[in-house]
Amino acid sequence: MENSEKKKPKLKMAVYWGAACGGCCVSVLDVHEKLFDITELADLVFWPIALDVKYDDVRAMPNGYIDVTLFNGAIRNSENQYMAMLLREKSKILVAYGSCAHLGGIPGLANFTNRDGIFERVYDTSESTVNPEKTRPQLKTQVPEGELHLPYFFDDVLALDQVVCVDYYVPGCPPQTERLVEVFMAIATGATLPSKKTVLGAWDKTQCDECIRTKTDKKTIKEFRRPYEIEDDGETCFLEQGVICMGPATRGGCGYRCIKGNAPCKGCYGPSPDISDPGAKMISSIGTMIDSNDPVEISEIVDQVADPAGTFYRFSLPGSIIRRKIL
Amino acid sequence: MEFQPTIISFLCNWCSYTGADLAGTSRMKYAPNIRIIRIMCSGRVDPTFVLKSFREGADGVLICGCHPGDCHYHEGNYKCLRRFKLLHKYIQQMGIHKDRLRLEWISASEGRQFADLVDNMTERLMELGPSPIKEIMEIA
Repeated sequence: MENSEKKKPKLKMAVYWGAACGGCCVSVLDVHEKLFDITELADLVFWPIALDVKYDDVRAMPNGYIDVTLFNGAIRNSENQYMAMLLREKSKILVAYGSCAHLGGIPGLANFTNRDGIFERVYDTSESTVNPEKTRPQLKTQVPEGELHLPYFFDDVLALDQVVCVDYYVPGCPPQTERLVEVFMAIATGATLPSKKTVLGAWDKTQCDECIRTKTDKKTIKEFRRPYEIEDDGETCFLEQGVICMGPATRGGCGYRCIKGNAPCKGCYGPSPDISDPGAKMISSIGTMIDSNDPVEISEIVDQVADPAGTFYRFSLPGSIIRRKIL
Repeated sequence: MEFQPTIISFLCNWCSYTGADLAGTSRMKYAPNIRIIRIMCSGRVDPTFVLKSFREGADGVLICGCHPGDCHYHEGNYKCLRRFKLLHKYIQQMGIHKDRLRLEWISASEGRQFADLVDNMTERLMELGPSPIKEIMEIA
C-alpha cells in the first residue's frame, strides 16, 4: 500500500482565553524549542495571541473538528461564555488550562463584589478616574460605520466547568510548562488517557510532600506574620515561622517554584484530590496550629490573619463551596 | 406560615450528645428545628461540614463539645475552638451573619442548657430570616 508510509494526520489544536491575564498563553510559548516538536505533531488552528484567526473561522469549523482545546481564563462575560460553548462544540477534548479556567483564579476574586461594585470602582471612585458624567460602557454604540457591540459583564465570575462540560484540568498560575509538554505528548502519541474530569499535569499528593524545607512535627503558631515580617532562613517550613503557606491544602507538581524563590505557596494548583474546599481545609489545618487554649488569646491570634477569605481562596473562590460573597 | 429555621448541629458523642439525650429523656420541650449529627468529638468538625451545611440550605449551624478541660480526647474541643474562630471570621467576610454559626459547650448533665440553647438559637434565626446562601450559590 502506498499510503502505509503516509504520516498519521496532524492533531488540530486550539488555545483560547476567557477572563485571563495572558500568562497561560505565554506559558504555552515557554515550551521554547519544544514548540517545533509540538508543531510537528499538531496544527494550531486557533490561538488569538499568536494567530490571526477570526470568530467566523471557528464558527465555520465542523463540530468536533479540533482535537484539543486548551481554554484558559475564567468566564466573566457573555463573550467568554459564548466562546466556551462554541469551542466545546468544536472540540473533541476541552481542557481547562490554568487556575482561572480550573477554579476561577485571580479574576474569581471579583466574587467578593458584583458588576455594580466593580463598575463603580473602575469608572467612578478609583484614584486616577475623572468621570463626572458617570459614563458607563454601553452594550451597543452607534458609529458612522455601523453598530458596535460589547459583551455583557456578569455579576459572578465562573470557572469553565460551571458553564460547559470539561474533559481535563491542567492547574497552575500558569501551569508548569514541562507538565503541559507531558500532557500534550501523551495526547499526541495516542497514550491511553486517564478517565475524564481528571486533573492532569499535577500530582495527587500535597505541596508539603514535595517541599524541600525542613519540617518538624511540632507546628505551633503563636503569631501569624506576613512574609516581610520574618527573617527567613531559607530552610525552615514557612508555617513553622508563622507565615501562612497554602502547602497543606495544595496539589504538588508545580516544582514548588514559589518555595524555591523563598515565597510561601499561594495555592494556585488547587486542592489535592480528597479536598473539596481548599479554604476549609486550610482553616482546619492552620486553626489547629494556633498555640493557645485561651479563647481571648485565640481571637487575638486569629485577628492577625488579615484576610482569611482572600488568602485561602486566592485562586479558587468561584470553584469553592461558598463561591461568592453574600451581598 | 411562620418561617421555621433549620439548624444543623454537630454534637460530640461524650458530652453534648449525651446532654441532648438527657433533655429528651427528661421530656424537656424545645424547638424542633434542630437536626442533630452525632460525631465522636467536636475536634472532628471539619470546616467543610459547616460550609456544606450552609450551601445545602441550613439557616444555622451549631457545634457543641465538652467544656474546656473536659474533652474525652484531651484537647479536641480546643482544636475545634481554634478552627471555629478562624471559620467565624471567614464566614463574616463572605457576608454570612455571625449568629448563624455558633459553638457552645454542653456537658452530659446540661440537658436544660441544651434545650434553652436550641430555643434561643431558633429564636435568633427567626429574626434573621431564611438563609439566602443556597439560592445565591446556584448557577443560573
